[in-house]
Amino acid sequence: MLHITDLVVRYGSAVALDGVSLNVGRGEMVALVGPNGAGKSTLINTVSGLLKPASGSVVVEGTVAQVPEGRQMFPDMSVEDNLLLGGWSIRNRQLDEVFDLLPDLAGMRRRKAGRLSGGQQQMVAIGRALMARPDLLAIDELSLGLAPIVVDELAEHLRYLNTERGTAVLLVEQEVTLAFNLCARACVLEAGRVVVTGPSSELAESDAVRKAYFGDLAELADVEVSR
Amino acid sequence: MSEFVTYLVTGIALGSSFALIGSGFVVVHRVTCVVNFAQGSLAVLGAMLSASLLAGRLPHVVGEAVTVVVCGVVGVLVGVIAIGRRGTPPLISLIVTLGVSMVFSAAIIWLWGQDPVSPPGLDGFATILGAEVERQRLLVLVVTLVAFAALSLFFSRTYVGKALTASASNPFAARLVGIDVRRMGLVAFGLSGILGGMAGVLIAPSNALSFYSDLPMALGGFAAAVFGGLVSPLRTLVGGLGLGVAGQLTAGYLNGSYQTEVALLLMIVIMIARSRSFAHEEAK
Repeated sequence: MLHITDLVVRYGSAVALDGVSLNVGRGEMVALVGPNGAGKSTLINTVSGLLKPASGSVVVEGTVAQVPEGRQMFPDMSVEDNLLLGGWSIRNRQLDEVFDLLPDLAGMRRRKAGRLSGGQQQMVAIGRALMARPDLLAIDELSLGLAPIVVDELAEHLRYLNTERGTAVLLVEQEVTLAFNLCARACVLEAGRVVVTGPSSELAESDAVRKAYFGDLAELADVEVSR
Repeated sequence: MSEFVTYLVTGIALGSSFALIGSGFVVVHRVTCVVNFAQGSLAVLGAMLSASLLAGRLPHVVGEAVTVVVCGVVGVLVGVIAIGRRGTPPLISLIVTLGVSMVFSAAIIWLWGQDPVSPPGLDGFATILGAEVERQRLLVLVVTLVAFAALSLFFSRTYVGKALTASASNPFAARLVGIDVRRMGLVAFGLSGILGGMAGVLIAPSNALSFYSDLPMALGGFAAAVFGGLVSPLRTLVGGLGLGVAGQLTAGYLNGSYQTEVALLLMIVIMIARSRSFAHEEAK
């Protein structure tokens, strides 16, 4: 349902994504891993339509909603208003659906989003994205800054959402173990290029991921020379 | 005593118009970070247009309402000129609104001439604590209070109002949920046009306005908005009323020509006094 082909995205003269191709099937959960600066957020933001490709294409069959890095609340507004605004693009003001999926949100609907804990805010961010009734949920950093027990709970919600609703998920995640547990397939990104894509179980065994994060000295030396 | 009450009511009426103009500054600044210096011109336009429409035999209320709507549309046009081009920095937009206000002055001289204009308002006087005060001045206060209540309800209760608040609070997240932040900026400019138009329509029957009045009106409104930190409509109302009363008391007991100077002086004092909290807000 998401087809990314030869995608190039630039910030001025800097190339953030350099010929990335990736497919996400209907109802599939795909993890996007890689070191800082690999272009993961750029990819998510391009899929969400916030950035324009320099070349290549992003085709989405259906709608995308994003759970952004840092959660990006409307801090002085209530949880309810944050959720309502999530439905802005399709003028959806039905909160019940989201409360069914994330029952904790109903209890905090009148509280100001800025006053919530990180985990609660992340749940609001997910609920806000769900208000747009997305076919694909693009999540930029699910676990960043959150306690493991909170992350487990959020991961459970995502699994439930995926099985019950068939919502596809593209998950950017620093915590590789979490990403591989949650998503059957993963894509390793490094310096704006896809290093490898495959079943998470196989990637966990291979050393492609370790290499992407830590590089190896020979490669680093090559990079230095070519500069 | 009756003299004091007269100055007080006159000040409150003038201050109400400052508050309306000031809230226009606030609404636009919150959503777009632009200070819209064409605000004063919209008040003048409101005064001129309502005078013409009412003289053309449009009945009261209808004439005023049409004027305010037209000012809203003109406000949107000012917005298109100021922020219509993608990526225009707020400071450049500010200069653009200054330019637009000069064009307005020229257009107003061309269409209505140079003389001050005072459209008919509410006739008659009311007696308050032994002082005779024009009923029009009381009307200004009442309408201003209603307008502020409506504005507050609009922002807190309506979907578009919430989207405007969201655009001001977190533009990135607003874009993310599909809110067109630039269009929201234009809505804000439209609202500021309505508020500016209302100020002109309401105050002109008792204080005649000319093409030249845009500066004092904008300064008064801006000082009120600064009192509200350029973010709070409620504090803008308080600031506007305080400024209006201070100006009238100065005019009454000292010298009428010091009014604008008093407004400017107060603005400087407020800015210095608030500079610490401004720095704090910016740090956030």
